Amino acid sequence: MHFRNYASQGASRHSEAESPDQDSGVTMAAPMLRWGCRGRRWAFARVDGGSCHRRGAPTGSTSNRIRGQSSVAQQPLHTAQKPRKGEHKWAAVVGLEIHAQISSNSKLFSGSQVRFSAPPNSLVSFFDASLPGTLPVLNRRCVEAAVMTGLALNCHINKKSLFDRKHYFYADLPAGYQITQQRLPIAVNGSLIYGVCAGKKQSQVIPKMVRIKQIQLEQDSGKSLHDDLRSQTLIDLNRAGVGLLEVVLEPDMSCGEEAATAVRELQLILQALGTSQANMAEGQLRVDANISVHHPGEPLGVRTEVKNLNSIRFLAKAIDYEIQRQINELENGGEILNETRSFHQKLGCTMSMRDKEGKQDYRFMPEPNLPPLVLYDATSLPAGADPQQVINIDQIRETLPELPSVTREKLVQQYGMLLEHSFTLLNEVGLLEFFQNVIKETRAEPKKVTSWVLNTFLGYLKQQNLAVSESPVTPSALAELLDLLDSRTISSSAAKQVFKELWKREGKTPGQIVSEKQLELMQDQGALEQLCHSVMEAHPQVVMDVKKGNPRAVNKLIGLVRKATQSRADPVMIKEILEKKMSL
Amino acid sequence: MLGRTLREVSAALKQGQITPTELCQKCLSLIKKTKFLNAYITVSEEVALKQAEESEKRYKNGQSLGDLDGIPIAVKDNFSTSGIETTCASNMLKGYIPPYNATVVQKLLDQGALLMGKTNLDEFAMGSGSTDGVFGPVKNPWSYSKQYREKRKQNPHSKNEDSDWLITGGSSGGSAAAVSAFTCYAALGSDTGGSTRNPAAHCGLVGFKPSYGLVSRHGLIPLVNSMDVPGILTRCVDDAAIVLGALAGPDPRDSTTVHDPINKPFMLPSLADVSKLCIGIPKEYLVPELSSEVQSLWSKAADLFESEGAKVIEVSLPHTSYSIVCYHVLCTSEVASNMARFDGLQYGHRCDIDVSTEAMYAATRREGFNDVVRGRILSGNYFLLKENYENYFVKAQKVRRLIANDFVNVFNSGVDVLLTPTTLSEAVPYLEFIKEDNRTRSSQDDIFTQAVNMAGLPAVSIPVALSNQGLPIGLQFIGRAFCDQQLLTVAKWFEKQVMHVLCKKGEKEKHYKRKKITCHLTIHKSEGPVVSSHSMT
Repeated sequence: MHFRNYASQGASRHSEAESPDQDSGVTMAAPMLRWGCRGRRWAFARVDGGSCHRRGAPTGSTSNRIRGQSSVAQQPLHTAQKPRKGEHKWAAVVGLEIHAQISSNSKLFSGSQVRFSAPPNSLVSFFDASLPGTLPVLNRRCVEAAVMTGLALNCHINKKSLFDRKHYFYADLPAGYQITQQRLPIAVNGSLIYGVCAGKKQSQVIPKMVRIKQIQLEQDSGKSLHDDLRSQTLIDLNRAGVGLLEVVLEPDMSCGEEAATAVRELQLILQALGTSQANMAEGQLRVDANISVHHPGEPLGVRTEVKNLNSIRFLAKAIDYEIQRQINELENGGEILNETRSFHQKLGCTMSMRDKEGKQDYRFMPEPNLPPLVLYDATSLPAGADPQQVINIDQIRETLPELPSVTREKLVQQYGMLLEHSFTLLNEVGLLEFFQNVIKETRAEPKKVTSWVLNTFLGYLKQQNLAVSESPVTPSALAELLDLLDSRTISSSAAKQVFKELWKREGKTPGQIVSEKQLELMQDQGALEQLCHSVMEAHPQVVMDVKKGNPRAVNKLIGLVRKATQSRADPVMIKEILEKKMSL
Repeated sequence: MLGRTLREVSAALKQGQITPTELCQKCLSLIKKTKFLNAYITVSEEVALKQAEESEKRYKNGQSLGDLDGIPIAVKDNFSTSGIETTCASNMLKGYIPPYNATVVQKLLDQGALLMGKTNLDEFAMGSGSTDGVFGPVKNPWSYSKQYREKRKQNPHSKNEDSDWLITGGSSGGSAAAVSAFTCYAALGSDTGGSTRNPAAHCGLVGFKPSYGLVSRHGLIPLVNSMDVPGILTRCVDDAAIVLGALAGPDPRDSTTVHDPINKPFMLPSLADVSKLCIGIPKEYLVPELSSEVQSLWSKAADLFESEGAKVIEVSLPHTSYSIVCYHVLCTSEVASNMARFDGLQYGHRCDIDVSTEAMYAATRREGFNDVVRGRILSGNYFLLKENYENYFVKAQKVRRLIANDFVNVFNSGVDVLLTPTTLSEAVPYLEFIKEDNRTRSSQDDIFTQAVNMAGLPAVSIPVALSNQGLPIGLQFIGRAFCDQQLLTVAKWFEKQVMHVLCKKGEKEKHYKRKKITCHLTIHKSEGPVVSSHSMT
């Protein structure tokens, strides 16, 4: 077997496809297509009035963007704008199937290591390669991860669950079947709460809920790389048999943004639990969307399944595109086929996957080599059971770490920040930790810290498209800067200047920058009084205006004094001195 | 020496009467002489001699690993053997050399056993004659026994001798032939619907199917995962117990093995008294197709127990008649699934067609599997289709539960062991056998053995007597789940009685003489002393 090039090519393909802002907060998000939200008003008028109505109408700019990118997309969007009259009558229904790779040392049913971007076929056991006679042995860690995730998503954990074989022939599925949990999955009937931004400035967070149908344990497949030039397929089985959690979200969402936000929340939960690294760029989180449109009050429409959604941004884009495509299709008298479509990232549209023609019958069958998976709780735990051989749900419940929703609540309570700010802090990878480190080291007020982290710091990052980990400014540097500000050593405009200097990565501390650039506020009361006096003498007309009661005139004087101090004086102090002098 | 039991030869090795290398060479030379039986697909001569050499060192140093050290054994060619081709008698796996040993193989090697080779079978163990493998049919050593030859001569209709040979039964016919022809002392078979017990009965051997979950299936290339168990073929019950002792126990690589501690090693007590035993005779097993000879032996055996004080009662296993059709659905469904991995990509046969992956799959599987395997894959996939699943697979599972419950009920009523025939009749000639297709044959031949696999129970076939034709006939004992030791203890008592009692009381005394079972091979004339030294004589 020669599978040489695959891993590196595959990896680069992934990273190319994945925009660096994959973790960028949906709440802060770049403009997205929103048409799908319109219909939602019918169902949840009050809730959606804010979020969807505002961006409901397809704006010229958004559609132009798409049109510019793709001739394929042009047609449907063009027609979409015609039937203005009926535009509000469609509602979209979106459900998601999410595959999260379990973060574990070894695979679901074999002892091979789990690692991303290892040399091709270097992490393959006899079982993974489906050598005849090999048998699956369930990985305890994967079961615990599933239980933990189920608990975090408010699921009912089934004390007994079963494994099934799902059959299909594919080159990267060596056994010809995947072991999954079709009949009786490990967790069912949960819910996921996520927040969608609304309000005039997108600053209000509205909580939404999506029901979770089930969570099932299953095997990942290998990877195929099709070399069309030499018409051959290269297979890498490193991923074959890695444990997956398939999380099925009920069709409770109605647009790309809702789906994207729900996925982002799930991603945060998985990462908080440590059950999955959930990095979409590395394929640890993969999302398929089931999408249909209908008139509210009527039966649901025929749905399509959209695959290949490997970033949150593309997820939202693809869903909104597909919703609009279906609406256009139906309004033009066409029909929606129950088909699988793939999202084309460069063209920004979905396309039918012709190779999946013909209905697949997966011929599900119970997996005979794995006995039923039995879990226990405190009451059902058999006396004297070997702790290595049993899994206690209650024990796992006790070890659940803090979930993102709780973290946000704490931030709001502890630091008095707005809820939407807490969302932003969590949504950016590493931002919360950065924030907490700054808080730890500075005397400045939490509100000041929040404002600096979310506005100044995050603004610089966004502008330069950097991740928090790539920031030139360390938490300690920012903390020191904020201390200088807090002690009134520098003015806030000087602080901005210092920050700009810090960003240049010259290795200087805020203190050094302040002294080099002489940015300290004038602390010498006498000198400042002297300066004020000179300015007043030089501008008698302005002083007259003040005395006549023109409030603007004071500001002019303050400005003049500040100019004279090269902005190093505290305007509050200047104002005090001036007022004292003039009232005398 | 070759005709001895495992226990006897083990004692001989310990006493230095023979060295492992000498023993190994004797077996190898007999394997060559009996090549025409087609018992072995691969003879692992070099491996065996090397193992013998190491065993010899251990004996010299007084560090013998136990009863199995230096004992030649054979393994059915559907057990994975590291570095030794494992074919399942299929084109699909010709040339496939596994990188690992099945757990049972590893355990035997760890005990010092010598692996003589891999034995013939029906392709992927699908059959009851050992006639449907890609390497050709296995010939029953009894075809060449003096008694059988003489009987055939008396029959004016008997045809040409060369085409007149008998089948071994199957699918572990190669293993049965190998032990029966004295080329080894024990062999591993596999048993999914009777594949170990059936050839054991036809070849005059003890064929033991352990409880499901007692012995690891890791490395056994599956037929029906939920029914497969490694089987043991030996010349006497004690030998089977020794091998079972080496194999039984939980395996971290097979999640269906049980962790409950089970009495080990399997030392079988000699039962002096059967008066506390209750033997059940299932009335549904008295079928019209049962040959009168087997039927008469069956009732004699029951009489024997009764005359020795055991309680013998008729019992009912009411769902027995559904077993065949139920097995057909479950077996083919699992086969369809298990065979999906043979696609030519990772290992085994791959066709030359490279138009597309799908075309490659199709041609590879067409070329790799015989008609029987393909037929089962097709029916299995049919039963698993969404629209058929409830009507076939789910129903068959429910029936399976009823069949298993039949046994539970009988055992709960106080029965210790069931006594039944193993096969309808003695071994039939090949030409006779192939008049029916594989499916018909399998369903006919498995009727006494199959239900046991559905229920996961232990069962053993014990040679009882020779037929009028001079061919061995076996009877089957079925025990409670995981009461393998109790089952074998009863079987051992019976085996002893058969030698002493049936021989004396039987009407056709000379045919029952066990002595003849061991001297059936004409080619063994030169090994005269071997025959007389058989402990059972």
